[in-house]
Amino acid sequence: MNRRVVIAFGMLLVFGALRMPFERQLEAEHKAAYFHGAKFDLGLREQIGQMAFLAALSGFRSLVADGLYLHAHALWERTEWGRMKLNFDGAVALQPRCILFWDQAAWHMAFNASIAAYEDKNQPREALRIKAQREYWKLGEDYLVRGIANNPDNPTLYDRLGFLYREKFKDHCKSAETYARCAKVPGAPVYAKRFAAYELAQCPGHEREAYEQLRTFYFMGKDEHLPTLLKWLGKLQEKLEIPPEQKIAIPPASNP
Amino acid sequence: MTAAPAATKHKLFSPARVSAIASNTLLELVRLKVFYFMLLFALLIIGSSAFTSKFSFQEQFQVLKDVSLGAMSIFTWLLAVLATAMLLPKDIEDRTLYTILAKPVPRFEYLLGKFLGVLFLLFIAISLMSAVFVVVLYTREQTALAEASRGVPPNLLTDEIRQIRASAFNSNLLPGIVIIYLKAALCAALTLLLSTFASSWIFTIITSVVVYLIGHIQPIAREAYLASATVAPLTKIFLALVSLLIPDLTALSLVDDIVVGNAIPMLLFAKTAALGGIYVCFYFLVGYFVFSGKEL
Repeated sequence: MNRRVVIAFGMLLVFGALRMPFERQLEAEHKAAYFHGAKFDLGLREQIGQMAFLAALSGFRSLVADGLYLHAHALWERTEWGRMKLNFDGAVALQPRCILFWDQAAWHMAFNASIAAYEDKNQPREALRIKAQREYWKLGEDYLVRGIANNPDNPTLYDRLGFLYREKFKDHCKSAETYARCAKVPGAPVYAKRFAAYELAQCPGHEREAYEQLRTFYFMGKDEHLPTLLKWLGKLQEKLEIPPEQKIAIPPASNP
Repeated sequence: MTAAPAATKHKLFSPARVSAIASNTLLELVRLKVFYFMLLFALLIIGSSAFTSKFSFQEQFQVLKDVSLGAMSIFTWLLAVLATAMLLPKDIEDRTLYTILAKPVPRFEYLLGKFLGVLFLLFIAISLMSAVFVVVLYTREQTALAEASRGVPPNLLTDEIRQIRASAFNSNLLPGIVIIYLKAALCAALTLLLSTFASSWIFTIITSVVVYLIGHIQPIAREAYLASATVAPLTKIFLALVSLLIPDLTALSLVDDIVVGNAIPMLLFAKTAALGGIYVCFYFLVGYFVFSGKEL
């Protein structure tokens, strides 16, 4: 072999040793900024197939993720829920920073698939249909919880999870907690804090806390005197037996 | 009697000579009709844009950006590898290399000129692709805005307009495109290095593609090498070779996350770009080192 080629080989090795600490540090910084969050494992390989796995490994994971997402959409149109979930699993594993994928996966599971399961004409037993419906809610919840773990800096998924707990699970304590967490994230919707208080008002044992929060909103100004806020203030004032002199006058139309 | 023209002093390094070789290389590559791929690129993104028209605007923009930036990555990489792998073998075959080196042109200038020619080509290609991408994205954004405002009073639309604008363009797309360019430049430098000692351009292309693939899993090998206290010595040697010889291409694969709105801090972008730049310079210099001793 040419002597220069051997020396060049040695130079590459030395360069490799010199760049290694810098690259490790850079990789850690990238991860801290939420880059390279995709986890490539055998489970993913089985879900998306060998060629797609190879393409994803080769730096084209967003394209593969899009393909899976579009396929999941087509499967939703055909109401093939199981296969749709597999495609969504692949898409979110490849693009864990894509809020849209987590949001849509959770929505299809908790709202569309769960309703389809409840209305399944092939299952005559209502208990089993309700059980299947709850399982789909849990799947939706799982997507949102994992989505939040991957995107703790984005308020959208907290908002969706709070909504899911409120609308499907009717778990107002969890909903209140989630909306409260949402409100702390930069860029959160303005209603998140208020929704947290509304939900807390329905969480047994937390009425006093909710009342204090709602009072604070009320005294912020006229813009906060929204019908739902007034409704819950009125309800809590009755429930907590607030002395008349401390009560806030609720207009009759907003009274429960 | 006319005076003989004064002999110009030969400079050790002449930017004019480098620029002449670079522009000539660029011209040669353009004559190979490499820009026909632009037609394919435009078809791909306009096609994907039409295909997703039934989806929500967030989904449309997401797919459009993914397809466009993914296609930019693929095309610039292919262009970098194929154009660079052909440079030296073609010049040797055409005997152009001997004509140039017979003149007082140092090998460094020749190689630098050739390499800069490829870098210019990549720059033009990525600029054209970015322009097509921006035009299609802007058109889609305007369509989404027009659809949203149909029959709705403007005062009720503020939030929706803000959402559409935020989903379409974000300032991080530019660093993403710069990183795609740097990655392609790195692949070109690596291919040039390989072609300085390779016996055929097919070998150069295949090796470059393999290095590209391994480069994306290099961090796994690196971590396994650094964490392996109990692995067999042969495995450890293999891991060391992979992690030391192969570039870490995941460091330059940020566009997948940028496209979904992940912000890249300026300092982190600068560090990443610096790493890309160091790779390009180092591979070029090692390539020159091998080329300078090559028997032609």
